[in-house]
Amino acid sequence: MSDRPTPDGADFDAGCFDAGCFDAGRALRLNPNVGLRPEPFGALAYHFHTRRLVFLKSPALVDLVRSLEHHATAASAIAAAPSTHSAASYRRALASLEESEVVCGA
Amino acid sequence: MPEATVAPLVDQLSAGLDAPICLTWELTYACNLACVHCLSSSGRRDPAELTTAEAKAVVDELARLQVFYVNVGGGEPLVRRDFFELLEYAVDHHVGVKFSTNGYLLDAAKARRLAELDNVDVQISLDGVDAATNDPIRGEGSYDAAVAAMANLEAAGLAGFKISVVTTRHNVGQLDRYERLAADLGAQLRVTRLRPSGRGADVYHELRPTNDQQRELYRWLLDRPHVLTGDSFFHLSALGEPLPGLNLCGAGRIVCLIDPVGDVYACPFVIHDEFHAGNVREPGGFTAVWRESPRFRELREPGSAGACASCGSYDSCRGGCMATKFFTGLPIDGPDPECVFGNADEALARIDPATIPRATQDHSKPGRVPVRLGVAPRR
Repeated sequence: MSDRPTPDGADFDAGCFDAGCFDAGRALRLNPNVGLRPEPFGALAYHFHTRRLVFLKSPALVDLVRSLEHHATAASAIAAAPSTHSAASYRRALASLEESEVVCGA
Repeated sequence: MPEATVAPLVDQLSAGLDAPICLTWELTYACNLACVHCLSSSGRRDPAELTTAEAKAVVDELARLQVFYVNVGGGEPLVRRDFFELLEYAVDHHVGVKFSTNGYLLDAAKARRLAELDNVDVQISLDGVDAATNDPIRGEGSYDAAVAAMANLEAAGLAGFKISVVTTRHNVGQLDRYERLAADLGAQLRVTRLRPSGRGADVYHELRPTNDQQRELYRWLLDRPHVLTGDSFFHLSALGEPLPGLNLCGAGRIVCLIDPVGDVYACPFVIHDEFHAGNVREPGGFTAVWRESPRFRELREPGSAGACASCGSYDSCRGGCMATKFFTGLPIDGPDPECVFGNADEALARIDPATIPRATQDHSKPGRVPVRLGVAPRR
């Protein structure tokens, strides 16, 4: 196996990250150091600097992450995302992805 | 995930992806050492090894498939004259490289060159924390060579290189000392499992950790999630809380091996016709082998738990390592020889050594007398 792929980040139900302090009023984007590879379950994200592998376990979340750069704030990207998941789920996922540096401030 | 539209991740990964997450690429069978447990029975270069142009074509394919990194080994990769050319070509194409070396050829100039590259990780193999433990496994002088290489890396400012340890019953008690050594050098520790692959088959039963040592190792790893393991100890997860990682066998599903002559196998530890999927030189290249090989398709079918079906821990350990079972003569759908509950002991004792499969290639240097264990010693 690879060096310990970490099946974390974007784990909607994990609840291990407090999204309460996540500020959706900022502009976010896909970290330029992250490669995103589409998969049937969503996508694999690999951070070329931290060498961390993260599984995005929903195609809708992948679309949201890709759409971030077209929105002035994360909140507006979430508002425009399909209702596949609740806004709260999307916020938690983005908070977790920011924690693992898959997304970052624009 | 609230939605049930997508199968659980582990099931999806077990069914295989369109491309591996990462793969092992042995660049050459040539090696200046002759480690007793060499998983690829390396020593002599194979005249049919991929040329520089062919190797670059493989990198092109991996880049198209978005394989994020490759684990490069051998043999000794630094023996290849085009090593740095290939390394730079890979990282320029966003294919990261983690490469393993014995350190002999890693002088100060090469260390500086490595330190300048992004997306390159270096792993120095060290199978004992002192020469007395390491050298009987890796060869006279190999400890000093590894230490010199690590000093060169540290001096070059290559932060976070890895010290790579294959666990044996002689070094598993040294892990605390390893941890201190890594801390002193600003290095990261990587601990992986000994397999009966290649020449490892000859020494597996005398070197593999005892059951008591395995249990200690499990607790040691559980306390140290920062220690890298290449996910290789998932058979220990039968003991309770799972170790960090995916805890599944990724062979032919999310990982594979490309050997120096371009042959593709399910994983680095199963160099055997049984697990040979094709060659990157065939039309369609690596991509066709990965996607269409009947052998890989078989591996991606839902497996049966076999003799493990009645064990309550199967969901944790998934029956252990396929390669380790295969090269000890055990059925693939049964317990791992190192099953922590001893569920393989009876079957192991009944195996006729003459029926145990051997690796289907051997590049060991001439003069080496293959050791064939008569009766494998039991715990």
